Amino acid sequence: MLDFFNTFIKSAFIENMILSYFLGMCSYLAVSKSVKTATGLGLAVIFVQGITIPVNWLISEYLLVETGIFGIDLTFLRFILFIAVIASMVQLVEMVVEKVSPALYNSLGIFLPLITVNCAILGGSLFMISREYNFPNAVAFGLGGGMGWALAIIAIAAIREKIRYSNIPAPLQGLGIAFIITGLMGMAFMSLMGIDPAAFFKY
Amino acid sequence: MTEVKERKLSFFAFGRKERRLVTEPINDTNPITVQILGVCSALAVTSLMWPSIVMSIAVLFVVAFSSFFTSLLRNYIPSQVRMIVQLVIIAFLVTVVELFLKAYSFPVWKQLSVFIGLIITNCIPMGRLEAYAMANSPWKSFLDGVGNSLGYGIILIVISFIRELLGKGSLMAGSPLEVKLIGNSSAYLINTSEVSWLNWYSNNNLMSLPVAAMFILAIIIWIQRSSNRKLINIS
Repeated sequence: MLDFFNTFIKSAFIENMILSYFLGMCSYLAVSKSVKTATGLGLAVIFVQGITIPVNWLISEYLLVETGIFGIDLTFLRFILFIAVIASMVQLVEMVVEKVSPALYNSLGIFLPLITVNCAILGGSLFMISREYNFPNAVAFGLGGGMGWALAIIAIAAIREKIRYSNIPAPLQGLGIAFIITGLMGMAFMSLMGIDPAAFFKY
Repeated sequence: MTEVKERKLSFFAFGRKERRLVTEPINDTNPITVQILGVCSALAVTSLMWPSIVMSIAVLFVVAFSSFFTSLLRNYIPSQVRMIVQLVIIAFLVTVVELFLKAYSFPVWKQLSVFIGLIITNCIPMGRLEAYAMANSPWKSFLDGVGNSLGYGIILIVISFIRELLGKGSLMAGSPLEVKLIGNSSAYLINTSEVSWLNWYSNNNLMSLPVAAMFILAIIIWIQRSSNRKLINIS
């Protein structure tokens, strides 16, 4: 249990997907113009990230290795299988959300299918492989990583709404100032780096 | 007969139009600073110069050939499943690159870690396939891919040059082309104890951290848009 919280806090705050690995920058910069859409996309990313990372963990643990079901080393299929899982999961989530809550579906709109090509999702799965997480850790990493991503995009959307009418030099407007703000946010998040998440659960 | 010969010649033609396909993305439609494509993996690998050069070459290979193959198949791909077909083509090429790097340049493969795999969801291949290769002939799409990855590579090399020089005091560390300019220690250009007139410099650790890439990219955008005023109102 301690391990679970440890990984969760670490992936959400300390090793934030956007601010320390730059994953998902494309949609982060394109969709952060208003807080409402940013929140919708953030929720969708938490959802998809939380599902695909455990599923990809199961796949790489039980299908692709030599000791798995097929008994042959299939790791060269990893990229193609992972991206297929992500694409189909996004499709599935889209269908479920449409059936269960049409209101949420309408507010998310185009952003649900766009998550397929969000680097943060595939990046999460690949980090999960390279860091050799176990299953609970993979679940925690999925949820925490998604939450960190959502936190960052909502924060920058709020800042960009605030500075819309500020007097910024013309060549720096838009993209340039967004990068500078992201850099400053990253520096702020770096102050969390010294924290040892395990210390919270010692008592 | 002559008509066939002419068409075959024009298939690989390299006239003014084709040259513009290659040169335009380097400044006017740069994938990173103007189209905002592929920022994700662009910034994370730039703390050292050699990995970012390898990354640029990998992207060049993937983007150029995925554009070429998609353009060859463009009339046979049903539009409903085109995303999946494109992803499979890109994922295949990325797997080839990854296995090649793992076999021939293991330290670089280790440094780039997940970012080679992330070329799949890097927006440059997908963006160029959707915007260009699905509507143009294979050779033109190939050149478009080459041009866009050159634009990407130039930004990557400029950022990593600044970051490595100021952050680590070296250039091209760990590569066969490692620059040996000053003193005996090859890895360090400045901040070497052998060269007394340069030993006042101590490494700026901020430059090795990811946030430095953000600031440098912002400054590059600022400079580019100041000199090229027509880009100002884009996004």
